[in-house]
Amino acid sequence: MKNKEPLILVVVIFFTLAVYYLVEPFAHSQMHKHFESEGFAYNDLPALTKTGDAARGKDLVLGAAACVGCHAISKEGMSAPMAPVDAAGAYGVNPPDLSNAGAVYDAKFLASLIKNPTHALMVEHKFDPAKGKVYPMPAFYGAGGDIDQEVADIVSYLQSIAVKGEEFTPTIAFETACGRCHANRYEKWTPIGETPTFKHKQDKLAFEINVANYEDSLTKYMGKLPPDLSIYIRSRGEHFIKTFVENPQQYLEGTAMPRVGVNAESAAKVIEYLEDSGDTKRHERDHVGKNVMIYIVIFAIFALLWKKEVWKDLH
Amino acid sequence: MAHFTKATSIKDWLNQRLAIDKVEKVMASEYWIPKNINFLWAMGMVLVITFVLLLVSGIFLLMYYQPNVDLAFDSVNYTIMREVDFGWLWRHVHGVAASVVFLIIYIHMFTGIYYGSYKKGREMIWLSGMLLFVAFSAEAFSGYMLPWGQMSYWAGMVITNLFSGGSLHADGLVEWIRGDYVPAQAFLDRFFMLHVVLVPLAIIGLIGLHFGALRIPHVNNQDGEEFDFDAESKKYLDGDKAGAKVIRFANDFMAKDMMVVGIYLVFFFYLVFFHYDFAMDPVNFDPADGLKTPTHIYPEWYFLWSYEILRPFSTNVGLIAFAFAQVIFVMLPFLDRSPNAVPASRRGLFKYWFWAMLIDMIILTSMGKVPPVEPFGSIGFYAALTFIGLWIILPFITKMEKKV
Repeated sequence: MKNKEPLILVVVIFFTLAVYYLVEPFAHSQMHKHFESEGFAYNDLPALTKTGDAARGKDLVLGAAACVGCHAISKEGMSAPMAPVDAAGAYGVNPPDLSNAGAVYDAKFLASLIKNPTHALMVEHKFDPAKGKVYPMPAFYGAGGDIDQEVADIVSYLQSIAVKGEEFTPTIAFETACGRCHANRYEKWTPIGETPTFKHKQDKLAFEINVANYEDSLTKYMGKLPPDLSIYIRSRGEHFIKTFVENPQQYLEGTAMPRVGVNAESAAKVIEYLEDSGDTKRHERDHVGKNVMIYIVIFAIFALLWKKEVWKDLH
Repeated sequence: MAHFTKATSIKDWLNQRLAIDKVEKVMASEYWIPKNINFLWAMGMVLVITFVLLLVSGIFLLMYYQPNVDLAFDSVNYTIMREVDFGWLWRHVHGVAASVVFLIIYIHMFTGIYYGSYKKGREMIWLSGMLLFVAFSAEAFSGYMLPWGQMSYWAGMVITNLFSGGSLHADGLVEWIRGDYVPAQAFLDRFFMLHVVLVPLAIIGLIGLHFGALRIPHVNNQDGEEFDFDAESKKYLDGDKAGAKVIRFANDFMAKDMMVVGIYLVFFFYLVFFHYDFAMDPVNFDPADGLKTPTHIYPEWYFLWSYEILRPFSTNVGLIAFAFAQVIFVMLPFLDRSPNAVPASRRGLFKYWFWAMLIDMIILTSMGKVPPVEPFGSIGFYAALTFIGLWIILPFITKMEKKV
């Protein structure tokens, strides 16, 4: 009798793969919108035409542009005018510390943001001055000279003070770009900073009250509390997170989540941070996986040889 | 009292008390299996191995899992996935095995259907197998509740709602099952109990019954050939191993089983380490939130075909169709009126019935996951009607079958 096993194996594999294709790639393609990344190019925003001068930029930031009226630049020794929880009470969300803005955000995006925040952030649907809804950050209308030159100078200054190279860690990228709205409890991160280790219960409770008050302001400001991102890498995946951050409106029209404006490098660092929090053991998994596969292939070879040995008398 | 003599060896000592030689013969070396079988006959052993993987990984997970609505999610996703050494490994083994075990169960079931292994004295094998299917389904569903993610919560909500019986409005029954108005602490606790105690005990008992049911009718073979096991086993023991139509369970059959198991484990561990996402739905990595319904609610892939029999109809008709789909496979040995216990390829119309049923169930599976918009709604509707129709015509087409 001829051996039907190869044919049976083909049939089993065919139907298994058919089911897999239908319930995984096919079903997901039908259930979810799919957008391709633009590589954080922000093609809708105008390109920078002027070359900035960091020294002039510094004067503007500290002077005419009045950035430090609200923003901290802790790197330059300028602390925030208000504690995060008070700032959130006043503005809805704590204005960012600008120390590393030049590294985290795309230059073109920063320039657009300074000139017209709601447009760059894609929150014009939410903040319409005609309806009395004014975005907390005022636009910069220039300090009397060429506004494009002035903006380029400011961006240049921010880039000059920001972290560079190895010092630019995934944690800095996450905390700067995401961390004032999103918590990450698996990394002990709250929107007002990392949870310290407390000696006294009173300190712990005081911190928790601060977080709760901050989150109350944030909830009012955003419409709902932005989600904790601890395992978003598992629930949303890298592709969704990247393309969502690049343009939240294309997935969720009308969402209060702003376009964050990160550059490609810091987007990759944010992903790495999220992988560290939500898929912590991925390197161990790959390593152990390879060893287990080698072991199990050897086991399968021995099983095959044993079968041949036992069955040689049976045919 | 039996007469005991001074033991000559440890083996003799055990033999006098436990008859280990006899047990070994009955269970292994003189448990006779037909020789003309293909690798599909190894699926039983593959299932045993997978069940052991589930049991062992489950025991490790149980040491850190917290059945509490406030702690469950983080005990799985933080404690087990990040803090416990190799916790991620046990979880991925458990999750992937829970999905793959159903793939093997379906292959095992369709093998039985194709070769007519539920007929002529093998009805109890089929019935105990179907009970195992029900028990595994309960085990899978209750286990799916435990991480207390969005899909756990909402699948729990939807499935327990089925017990309201549509227009019967048996809401009291639903509350009784949940122990609350909505899935909450009482719900999680009882599904935890079901998952780690009651259902596993039932499964272990049913596996015993399933194996026991094989003893008297013997394992079927790929030609549906009937032969005298006593005569063939005598031939084997007399030295004509090549001529005998039977082989020993161990080591002959076991050697082939282990070969298939070896190849299967390569596939299995590839999935565990490099392709586990299919078995761990992304939606369930969001914590349960009773105020936020996920956009798409669907069961795991192995329940999709029966879900799709429920979905395209109005509530009451859907529930009846669903109930029909849940029990109808159990009835197979009695609905198949043919006198032939041979492979489907030699059974006339039944051959077409088999492939139509397989393809229809795959279509139902696919349509059960996608949103019920056109054309998927219509495809699902007709596939559900086809499923019911195929079962209605089964007794007639098998009755017409000529004896081969």
